[in-house]
Amino acid sequence: MSDTSIVITSTQITELIDLVRRVHGFDFAGYTKASLKRRVVRIMQLKKMEFYDLKHTLVNDQHFFQYFLEEITVNVTEMFRDPSFYKALNLQVMPYLSTYQHAKIWCAGCSTGEEVYSLAILLREAGLSKKSFIYGTDINTEVLREARKGIYSLRSIKSYAENYQFTGLKGSISDNFTILYDAASVHNELKQNTLFSVHNLVSDDVFNEFQLISCRNVFIYFETELQERILELFYKSLCPLGYLCLGSKETIRSDAFKRKFKVINHKENIYQKIGT
Amino acid sequence: MGPDKNLLERWRTTELLLLGGSAGSFKLLFQMVKLLPADLGKTVIIVIHRKRNFFSEIAKLFAENSHMSLREIEDKDVLEKNTIYIAPANYHTLIEKGGYFSLDVSEAVWYSKPSIDVTFESAADVYKERCMAILLSGANQDGADGMLKLRNSGAVTIAQHPDDAEMNEMPGAAINNGGAWYILHTDEIFKLLHTQ
Repeated sequence: MSDTSIVITSTQITELIDLVRRVHGFDFAGYTKASLKRRVVRIMQLKKMEFYDLKHTLVNDQHFFQYFLEEITVNVTEMFRDPSFYKALNLQVMPYLSTYQHAKIWCAGCSTGEEVYSLAILLREAGLSKKSFIYGTDINTEVLREARKGIYSLRSIKSYAENYQFTGLKGSISDNFTILYDAASVHNELKQNTLFSVHNLVSDDVFNEFQLISCRNVFIYFETELQERILELFYKSLCPLGYLCLGSKETIRSDAFKRKFKVINHKENIYQKIGT
Repeated sequence: MGPDKNLLERWRTTELLLLGGSAGSFKLLFQMVKLLPADLGKTVIIVIHRKRNFFSEIAKLFAENSHMSLREIEDKDVLEKNTIYIAPANYHTLIEKGGYFSLDVSEAVWYSKPSIDVTFESAADVYKERCMAILLSGANQDGADGMLKLRNSGAVTIAQHPDDAEMNEMPGAAINNGGAWYILHTDEIFKLLHTQ
């Protein structure tokens, strides 16, 4: 639902971006503006704020900034979103990962952790639990706290059950959870080899070397230039022949990066680093 | 009765045609896709509600029957003339000032993702009076707010006549909130789209 009475201009969006950068050190300049604008209007609706209220509160209330950050960065995620992607990963990438002594995986923009645990389940099914480790990162400390807990509503797990079925994995998704009343808690064996920490793709640098990086449905919020800067970061963070997974509607467009990555699965946007 | 003069004039000059539909709109959209000529000279965007995990079939089916080039939208695709774009399932589709699409996985609007409101509202920001929107049959209220915003930005907005719509709630909502500038019968809509 939207309130057609709230109108903000692109100039105001630019103003807001400047303010957030100066006061809080977060840079949203490379974010797509239509989506950003929609998020800002949503905050103004939910909090019943005028534009000047929003600016004032952003400057003076640190707690509000945390809320702002959570609302601006979309944190809608699911387990096994795009089941065909997980199927492809299982068939085309897992066999290669198993050849490494140790597989380090980076889930960039992991939000509340659903994708990290989906990958953990996939790795376990491929027999790679013992030698793999997943790093989940996000700019938002609050969602990372949720991710570490690994507790989801029973209702959401039910809605992921269909996705899980389509992946072709054995058993059912609920096998991975302890269910109590209306909450589902991820089994400890899946949490063991995970680490969640803050990392801002816009401003932070390489922090490890990975065999696989998954960054799905994050690029959609970035303009092309920023996407390319982050592709460079991923390229530097991958081992030779390491894999990069983007969202099912996110492709590598720039010629420079097309030369640096080989397409492993065109439909699912799975790439492999080539060259050095 | 044919479409009125002002409407015809606006149709001729419009750069972007937005089509929104939900339950009961598939057949109509399919016929529209079949009808539009390869050299329409406009960009067409179709936002249709549907269950996820079945999305690629619709785009495929439409593509096989379209004279215009037709594709399901991918992130940062540039809006081109003589092309029909289908909003992908499980994403919202937005239009950016630079004339390209961006996608968004945020909350469903009126239980819908893609939401017609989201696409229509961002089109209103960018295209203003250079676009035309048609809202077809559907069983919820998605699209009505988008229609109003488009109309307020100078765009032409058309609701399918509720008597003709298989599900009249969606066009009805756009009529009730004042978002629909024109209310046309199905044959009038087709006549308009058929006009060169």
